Amino acid sequence: MSNNPPSLPQVLSPQNGAQPLGVDRLHKNIGWKLYLQTVVARAYPRIIGQQREKSWLFFDILLPLLSVCAYVFVYQAIDAPEDYIGFVVVGGAMIAFWMNVLWSMSSQLYWEKEQGNLALFIITPTSMMAILLGMALGGLLATTLRALVIIILGSLFFHVQYAVSSFAQLFAVFILTMIALYGLGMMAASLYLLLSREAWHISSLAQEPVYLFSGFYFPIKNFGFWISAFASFIPLTLGLDAMRQLVFESGPSLGFLTVEVEIIILFILSVVFLFAARLMLAHMEKLAIREGRLTENRR
Amino acid sequence: MQANDLQTTRNNPSVFSRSFRVAAWLGWQIESNWTDPFLFAIYSIIKPLAGAAILVVMYSVITNGNFADPIFTYIYLGNAFYLYVGAVMSGISWAVLDDREHYKTLKYMYVAPINIPAYLIGRGVAKFLVGSISVFITIVFGVLFLHVDVDPAAIIWPLFIISMAIGVVMLAMMGLILAGVSLLIVNHVWFIGDAVAGALFLFSGAIFPLEVLPVWLQPLGYINPITYWLELLRRAMVGSVAEAFPTFQNLSNQQLLGILIGLTIIFGIIARFLFRYCEHVARERGLIDMLTNY
Repeated sequence: MSNNPPSLPQVLSPQNGAQPLGVDRLHKNIGWKLYLQTVVARAYPRIIGQQREKSWLFFDILLPLLSVCAYVFVYQAIDAPEDYIGFVVVGGAMIAFWMNVLWSMSSQLYWEKEQGNLALFIITPTSMMAILLGMALGGLLATTLRALVIIILGSLFFHVQYAVSSFAQLFAVFILTMIALYGLGMMAASLYLLLSREAWHISSLAQEPVYLFSGFYFPIKNFGFWISAFASFIPLTLGLDAMRQLVFESGPSLGFLTVEVEIIILFILSVVFLFAARLMLAHMEKLAIREGRLTENRR
Repeated sequence: MQANDLQTTRNNPSVFSRSFRVAAWLGWQIESNWTDPFLFAIYSIIKPLAGAAILVVMYSVITNGNFADPIFTYIYLGNAFYLYVGAVMSGISWAVLDDREHYKTLKYMYVAPINIPAYLIGRGVAKFLVGSISVFITIVFGVLFLHVDVDPAAIIWPLFIISMAIGVVMLAMMGLILAGVSLLIVNHVWFIGDAVAGALFLFSGAIFPLEVLPVWLQPLGYINPITYWLELLRRAMVGSVAEAFPTFQNLSNQQLLGILIGLTIIFGIIARFLFRYCEHVARERGLIDMLTNY
């Protein structure tokens, strides 16, 4: 005589020919549908989380805006031309993307490892690239909103004058910059798979030098050709330079390369970074599994 | 054991001293032993120098490298000493997050016989030390390569040492206020120290005289103790530069010191009561061992 209620064997034990509960009703996506589903699923918390936690208005917009204001007042203190104030506002808004890539893309897999989610990601029957892509898209949408607010408020507060010469080129530059930047973030994320405590410090170290060499607050041309060329490996460098050329009257005279050349280079960077991210992720994942670092937690 | 023994903000000098000392040692280990000393030194140098270089390039682009102007020394020194603000404030408030979310030890700290504010301030010492190295290197770099007008023989050392000591206490009190707030908030708290330091940058006269701010924003600079602290440090290091700007021309060094001491006491009182209040609320809401994974 069984102690189990009559329905239980059908739920737990498929040996009698019974299917586990709900299996016949469960639809599983595969192929590109699963890929897309994963992208949406990973992007979802990034976007929805922002709506649920309104304090981002203060921490992600107001405080960075105050930092932007500080740099604007430096320019005003040394009697800089008006366009430089616009340079700072646009640069300050673009910092949001670098911060997002650095802290919420590159180091994200490290955080996931710390919280024990990484192993779960790896054992799910989906692509890690899709997970990273979802992370990137979610972060990009949320960050674009923040950057827009910073630009609008900064422009209103400091009466920034824009003179857009080509909306089509501006759109192309922005999209290519974002693809290349988040591709770089995905590439870096695979590197972070191997890191432990040093991950936080490396991310922290990558902030100010990139602010400096990407020319967030001044035209990159002032560094001279070779330093600017080297800095151009960070997509924001050329993206910002091209955007300034397209939206400010004095922009073209302060540009590093012509907008057309910068668009071509950004396109190449986008392709290279995305392709490299795919290769590196596969390689690093194997390496991390072999060396047992996926569940490692060295605090 | 009496219930009072568990009161973490009690005034017992030996407990205070022990908590502070051990926390300082612990903080230094956490800050520095993630890598080898060479890489740690590089890390400690690159970050502040890159931050200073942004201002140097901005200034150079507009003035064609006229580093002899007093405004450059004003900006450079203000920016260099401001490194302490981020270091001390974030060092203290970060300890709450680090222990609660990362190491998950904050609850054990609360049941240990230690003074929690002393422990948190002690945890900030490591960042203060790293910050000191950064400030020193930044100023030396400026003097050697950028004509920053600092002559060690002309520095008013007593004023410098007194101002620095009071300023560090003032920053610690501001850090303790942030630590209290950190006990209560969940998301975005990781960057609260840096974010608040970044915001105060605007109202401290660190990189531009307060007169540059719109008139309606200037009062925020005048109630900010960091403004007086930076002015005193500039006066101690390069008196001629401080005199070139009208902000505090009518105030003597003693008057500025008096204001700084007064504001430090006020912030100390606020920190003491606010931290105790936040701690109480955190206990009531069960936030001491909260783990958000945010």
